[in-house]
Amino acid sequence: MSLSVQGLTFAYAKGRPVLHDIHVDIDPDDRLIALIGPNAAGKSTLFRCIAGMLSPAAGTVFLDDRDLATSGRREWSNRICYMPQSTASTAALTVFDVILIARKHLHGWRIATGDIETTEALLARLGIEHLADAYVGDLSGGQQQMVSIAQALVRNPDIFLLDEPTSALDLKNQLEIMSVIRAATIEREITTIVALHDLNLAARFADRFILLREGRVVETGAPAEILRSETVEETYGVKLELFDSADGSLVVSAQL
Amino acid sequence: MTDLVSSEVTTAAGSGKRFQARSNRRYLFLGVIGVILTASILVDMTTGPGNLTVDTVIETILDSQAHGVPMEVIVWDIRLPIALMAILIGAMLGAAGAQMQTILNNPLADPFTLGISSAASFGAAVAIVFKINLIPIAGPFLVTANAFVLALSTSFVIYAFTFLRGVTSETMVLVGIALMFTFAALLSLLEYRATQVQLSQIVFWMMGSLSRASWTKIGACLAILAVTMPLFVWRMWSLTALRMGDDKAASLGVNVKRIRVEMLIAISLLASTAVAFVGTVAFVGLVGPHIARMVVGEDQRFFLPFSMLASALIMSVTSIVSKTITPGIIYPIGIITSLIGIPFFVSLILATRRANWR
Repeated sequence: MSLSVQGLTFAYAKGRPVLHDIHVDIDPDDRLIALIGPNAAGKSTLFRCIAGMLSPAAGTVFLDDRDLATSGRREWSNRICYMPQSTASTAALTVFDVILIARKHLHGWRIATGDIETTEALLARLGIEHLADAYVGDLSGGQQQMVSIAQALVRNPDIFLLDEPTSALDLKNQLEIMSVIRAATIEREITTIVALHDLNLAARFADRFILLREGRVVETGAPAEILRSETVEETYGVKLELFDSADGSLVVSAQL
Repeated sequence: MTDLVSSEVTTAAGSGKRFQARSNRRYLFLGVIGVILTASILVDMTTGPGNLTVDTVIETILDSQAHGVPMEVIVWDIRLPIALMAILIGAMLGAAGAQMQTILNNPLADPFTLGISSAASFGAAVAIVFKINLIPIAGPFLVTANAFVLALSTSFVIYAFTFLRGVTSETMVLVGIALMFTFAALLSLLEYRATQVQLSQIVFWMMGSLSRASWTKIGACLAILAVTMPLFVWRMWSLTALRMGDDKAASLGVNVKRIRVEMLIAISLLASTAVAFVGTVAFVGLVGPHIARMVVGEDQRFFLPFSMLASALIMSVTSIVSKTITPGIIYPIGIITSLIGIPFFVSLILATRRANWR
């Protein structure tokens, strides 16, 4: 599935544009892409525009030949699945309930047997079947994040947009969540774009970087290439030092 | 994966089977409360002067002539309308409270806390003090009509706020609370100006009473329920999704703004009609949904019907209690709902301690 963002510009109300003339092309072979950039660079806004939750002032988004502007909201949300930064829910709903809801097309009373089976299979695949009966409000941060990912995967999206899935997680959970995301992306041959603040995690798991700065795409390319460029230092306003770790991934150390 | 895989519930059956078992158990809970409610309606009809037995009541319902004309009048014109009105008003307040709490994401939202009841009281007081009729054709239903108009307008003020940019559900709750205090102040102003007779009329109206029940009003309640229920059923899953937060629901394809507007219209109709017919009945719309949440969770397939049945049961029991405290005297239901509803509710909270609204 190829995704193409063409000249996308977006502004909230009559304010200054948050996104300026964004062009991004994603091939069907692209797997894990990290969207990086400092706070307020427009990462979440870009995701929301791509997911069809915000209407751009100019430009459009194509999924293969389909144009977002002429596609139905529901159809689009099934093909491009955006998972917002996880906010703790206090709902008296179980993990099974919330994953099933994501799967349901939100109409009518009945639940198809297939929906229940798919939900069950996914819980098992992600190794969280034991959480099925727990209330979402009782989960730890890492578990909630897993549930969010399950909610997206159960919809069988073609493109998966994840906003800061590892924020507020400890080191081990960060690695686990990213491994699950990477494995699911490769297994399903879909494209996942992850907004990440942690450049080490991004370098370790992503195949490609998109660097966003003040609402503009300033660089795209392989992680090593982008991290070695001066643009990334200017964008973040820090000095970067790069090391090769024992397992071959890049390690980033930043200084003011 | 150890951390994510270690804790919480595990049983042998698959999660899908457990989900279905849980659903079946919840259907059973709905059935049980339905049976209790039916029993309560029968007890309600036998309670009061005349020492009716359950047999007599059932026989007269099945055949109005079974025990003669006086019994027919008591059962069909007095007891049955009151018993049915109690459960219908309960169901309407329960549905309104449940959906208000859902769309505003706030456990304190109900027609009472959001000013709809206060507005209705003010409307009734305007009718009583000034005899101003807000619906010219209302005639004998002057007080009810005014209460309805004010209650509905208040809902629409809250609803109008949803169109302003940057208005969150918290803002809407605050607007509701502000409206509640505004109408309470306006009501005090009217009470201050009212004559002794008018004052007692206002106070009596506000206390809430089922004695104004009639078949016409029952028909009106059924009509409102018939209009709003299909919408709730249609939007059931979207409403459940809304409890995961606006953002999450929107990412699943729910049009959050539209659903909020649709629900507010339905809630307004339900709450305004209920309050206009029986006066201020506090806490039913608040407590019913909370009981439902504790018993069946927030899956709307069970949450909505259970909220309605639980609220209906509270109203029905209230109706019984209002007639039995002092034989021969029917106490205003508004007083009873608060007096029995709150201790019951607090004991439930203490007993379960499920922190669903942390």
